[in-house]
Amino acid sequence: MKHFRSIGLALAATFAVSQASAQELTGTLKNIKDTGAITLGFRDSSIPFSYLDDNQKPVGFAMDICYKIVDAVKKELKLDKLEVKLNPVTSATRIPLMANGTIDLECGSTTNNAERQKQVWFTNTHFLTASRYVFKKSSGLKSIDDLKGKTVVSTAGTTNIKQLTEANVARSLGANIIPAKDHAEAFLMVETDRAVAFVMDDILLASLVAGSKNPSDYVISKDAFSKPEPYGIMLRKDDAAFKKVVDAATAALYTSGEAQKIYDKWFTQKIPPKGLNLNTPISDELKHEFAKPSDSPNPDDYK
Amino acid sequence: MNYNWNWGIFFQPNPMGTGSYLDLLLSGLVLTLETAVLAWIIALITGSIVGVMRTLPSKGAYWFGFAYVEFFRNMPLLVQLFLWFFVLPEVLPKAAGLWLKQLPNAPFWTASIGVGLFMSARVAVQLQAGIGSLPRGQRQAATALGLTTVQGYRYVLLPMAFRIILPPLTSEFLNTIKNTAVAITIGLLELTGQARSMQEFSFQVFEAFTAATLLYLLVNAVVVTGMRILERYVAIPGYITGK
Repeated sequence: MKHFRSIGLALAATFAVSQASAQELTGTLKNIKDTGAITLGFRDSSIPFSYLDDNQKPVGFAMDICYKIVDAVKKELKLDKLEVKLNPVTSATRIPLMANGTIDLECGSTTNNAERQKQVWFTNTHFLTASRYVFKKSSGLKSIDDLKGKTVVSTAGTTNIKQLTEANVARSLGANIIPAKDHAEAFLMVETDRAVAFVMDDILLASLVAGSKNPSDYVISKDAFSKPEPYGIMLRKDDAAFKKVVDAATAALYTSGEAQKIYDKWFTQKIPPKGLNLNTPISDELKHEFAKPSDSPNPDDYK
Repeated sequence: MNYNWNWGIFFQPNPMGTGSYLDLLLSGLVLTLETAVLAWIIALITGSIVGVMRTLPSKGAYWFGFAYVEFFRNMPLLVQLFLWFFVLPEVLPKAAGLWLKQLPNAPFWTASIGVGLFMSARVAVQLQAGIGSLPRGQRQAATALGLTTVQGYRYVLLPMAFRIILPPLTSEFLNTIKNTAVAITIGLLELTGQARSMQEFSFQVFEAFTAATLLYLLVNAVVVTGMRILERYVAIPGYITGK
């Protein structure tokens, strides 16, 4: 009798396990298990989140987080070996490549907002950034109101240029707003005096300044155009099983204090390839976010 | 494909507060057309002058035309626009450079002139080929009639040459329209630029670029039709291009 019961229990347990694993293996997880490979999308110049070092190898804060996620996926699927493929993406290609299954995670500096949630999902926020502007110390533009009637540049198609346009109307600045193709070109416009200020995510401005010829010539404004907005690692929509694994991995990383170490490595110390130091200690908002991870696209949730 | 198609996106308000996403694309289309037309006028005028210079008996004029064409034809358009926009103001005297930088609509003027000069080299080569394809007797007949060189070109050579090169000129005009897309590198938000903005704001990549493609096709169809009508209108019965 005892024997029968234990056999029954064993059977039931086996059944439960096989059922559970059958349930897990859908979408991205199934694909990873079948192919034994996971593909990370990286950016080539999103310093310090995801960019190429001097060996043309993608490195960065978001890359480190992605590798932690890869470890968690490997553990979840009980794989001995999980090959990591790397695929470069740009702001124009990240959605098509995510949609057609070329990449499984996008490790960069993509803003998580409600509009984009219609197309993709994001895991827990890994960074918070506000829209500020960089200007030459010599021009002495202390507040947003000092931009009245001046030429201001921002990058075309970003949330920043939208916020700048809104502020221009709301505060009747009468500023002449010009769009630039990318961040490097927008910064070049300030460098060559074509524009007095460049409005962008403060952390991207910090990296542009750190990489410029004379970093001490530039100042990033205290005034911000927006509340801090969340950056998230992007994954495919409607894949709850995969998101659960990724969310658990990032939450564990952020709450363990290990995230703080990775943060310090990329934001307060010299980073490759040129030994730049962004000198950006962790903000209170981000500290709070790491203590209580969230994937909310709403800036009001991060205080 | 795990893509969330949303064709209704065009009628949703764009985040810049300037109407719908369709309005965004149409404003880009208008800018594309303005840039292309201005560039084409510059290309036709400058290209004709340089093309004629390459066929003149004068050695100096020939070499000037040769150098001009090689300069504008051999450098990628992207590089040229970058040079005009970012490098030129830096090498000019400071006051002139500053004036150029602060010019209102600087990206528009730079793009129109830049694309225009790039295309003018191509027009020049076409026209040179057109004049070269005329029988030598035409030029001699003009001289025999007592026409000066200018009159010879004005009344004999050019009317013939332009008729011959009208079909290739159509494709040069189409190229001019398409080449304006390069102007996003200097911050001109023409059709391609607005399609990029739209995909950045909404993440609806395929819808944005499908619309841009259709708009380019539509414009090019109008141009092709217009040029065919023009060809028929200027055709002389009995000549190469006449029926």
